[in-house]
Amino acid sequence: MKPSQFAYHAPTELEEVLDLLAQYGDDAKVLAGGQSLMPMMNFRLLSPAHIVDINRVSSLAGFSLSDAGLFIGALARHREVEVSPEVELAFPILHEGLTNVAHVQIRNRGTICGSLAHADSAAELPSIMMALDARLNIRSKGSERVALAEDFFRFHLTSDLGPGELLVSVDIPAMSKNAFGVFEEITRRKGDFALVGVAVVGSWDENGKFQECRIVCSGVAPTPLRLREAENFVTGTDLSEAVLVAVQQLVMESLVPTEDIHSSAEYRKKVTGVIVRRGLARLTGQRRVQNV
Amino acid sequence: MSKETELDPVEAKMWISVTINGAKNAYLVEHRMTLADFLRKVVGLSGTHLGCEHGSCGACTVIMNGKAVRSCLLLGVQADGASIETVEGLAQDGALTSLQEAFHVNHALQCGYCTSGFLMSLVAQLRDGPIETEAEAREALSGNICRCTGYTGMVKALLNLPASNGQIGEGL
Ligand SMILES: Cc1cc2nc3c(=O)[nH]c(=O)nc-3n(C[C@H](O)[C@H](O)[C@H](O)COP(=O)(O)OP(=O)(O)OC[C@H]3O[C@@H](n4cnc5c(N)ncnc54)[C@H](O)[C@@H]3O)c2cc1C
Ligand code: FES
Ligand code: FES
Repeated sequence: MKPSQFAYHAPTELEEVLDLLAQYGDDAKVLAGGQSLMPMMNFRLLSPAHIVDINRVSSLAGFSLSDAGLFIGALARHREVEVSPEVELAFPILHEGLTNVAHVQIRNRGTICGSLAHADSAAELPSIMMALDARLNIRSKGSERVALAEDFFRFHLTSDLGPGELLVSVDIPAMSKNAFGVFEEITRRKGDFALVGVAVVGSWDENGKFQECRIVCSGVAPTPLRLREAENFVTGTDLSEAVLVAVQQLVMESLVPTEDIHSSAEYRKKVTGVIVRRGLARLTGQRRVQNV
Repeated sequence: MSKETELDPVEAKMWISVTINGAKNAYLVEHRMTLADFLRKVVGLSGTHLGCEHGSCGACTVIMNGKAVRSCLLLGVQADGASIETVEGLAQDGALTSLQEAFHVNHALQCGYCTSGFLMSLVAQLRDGPIETEAEAREALSGNICRCTGYTGMVKALLNLPASNGQIGEGL
């Protein structure tokens, strides 16, 4: 028997979930896909007294796409969103990011909201949600609030969620016609957590200048990190080869990444510059394709 | 732990009803027992193996409601009402399926510890569509780890399946 003992609750209504979370507070853990929680419980890094399994709450399931954007419920699995052709068309960056999360067997269970709540600093989805300016809808017994993705991640494995709070859904605003986004990452082996990743989003104005740029890195800091200096540097330019070379240099010189057993700070610095440039270069390609 | 949350080990169990390889039964399961341990110890189906017990190796892969999942990362109680397929459900009366036969013929296994996990991952993926190129084969294998074979036999097995390889479950 791997996890230590706990009481298992399998509510079917959202209100019951919120009641249980309010009742047990810090002693309770939400069980969504279990693809991060169960490993920690098997190792007994975590021994929650109460498990609140939300998998039977049908109102939390699924996702929906509209003119306003993409709505992702707490139980939407990585895989079901990944294989949606409509999502791939509307948010190619999200599709691309999802294919980089672990392996199919894990994406079959893991949830997008679980990834965000788990707040792993090397995870793909937190930086993508920040680049897409997503809004996180949070409920607790008797109250609800909305957090910007930008304010939600506090530290490695620490989000803004307090005891009793449930991330019920995420809203990603629709991207304008001229806006594009790509995701790039460096891993040792496909499906592993990335050493570094970057989500790059921006749009082209009528004069062919790059605007509304967001560059958000994962794996370089305890939270997803916006590279504002680089964003400002490329904004208003045409992302010419000279600009790309210069922004790669800027990132390599200014970034102070974290260091761990997976790679040195020096290595992360170098490859972050490379993937920022790669991402931006792909966006110039998308503009050309669109103009044809 | 506060008094209120102290658990009586007898109480921390529940009855579940689950269909395993087509047979529906009821079982009494401890809350904290993983699906893998439930299959192995309660149901007695020890073909599902445990390697890492944290989701990395894929040895424990089973099919739940049509999807390949890690049984070490699910609780037995979560299988209540579900349909589970394990490696024991593949061969019928000792007759190997085409995929198992291809593993056998192409030396896709040595010690065999990883094999049931690979088979269940691949059965689920082959139902979604054929695996036709080496790149597709390697991608399909990428969620499981084998310490013996170097994967070449498995790639060969996949590329040498009978053309109607969506029909997993049938003999060669
Ligand atoms: C081998 C392996 C490789 C992996 N590789 C990657 C990878 O490359 N990239 C990556 O991003 N992830 C990776 N993961 C993690 C995977 O993506 C998880 O699915 C994800 O981190 C958590 O989602 P979950 O639904 O499984 O959450 P769970 O494991 O159920 O929960 C994780 C945490 O979030 C809390 N939580 C979950 N949902 C909510 C909610 N709605 N509201 C409040 N709190 C909630 C839980 O209480 C728990 O603390 C990997 C996992 C494994 C096992
Ligand atoms: S034992 Fe489940 S993935 Fe290794
Ligand atoms: S055959 Fe031995 S681990 Fe794969």
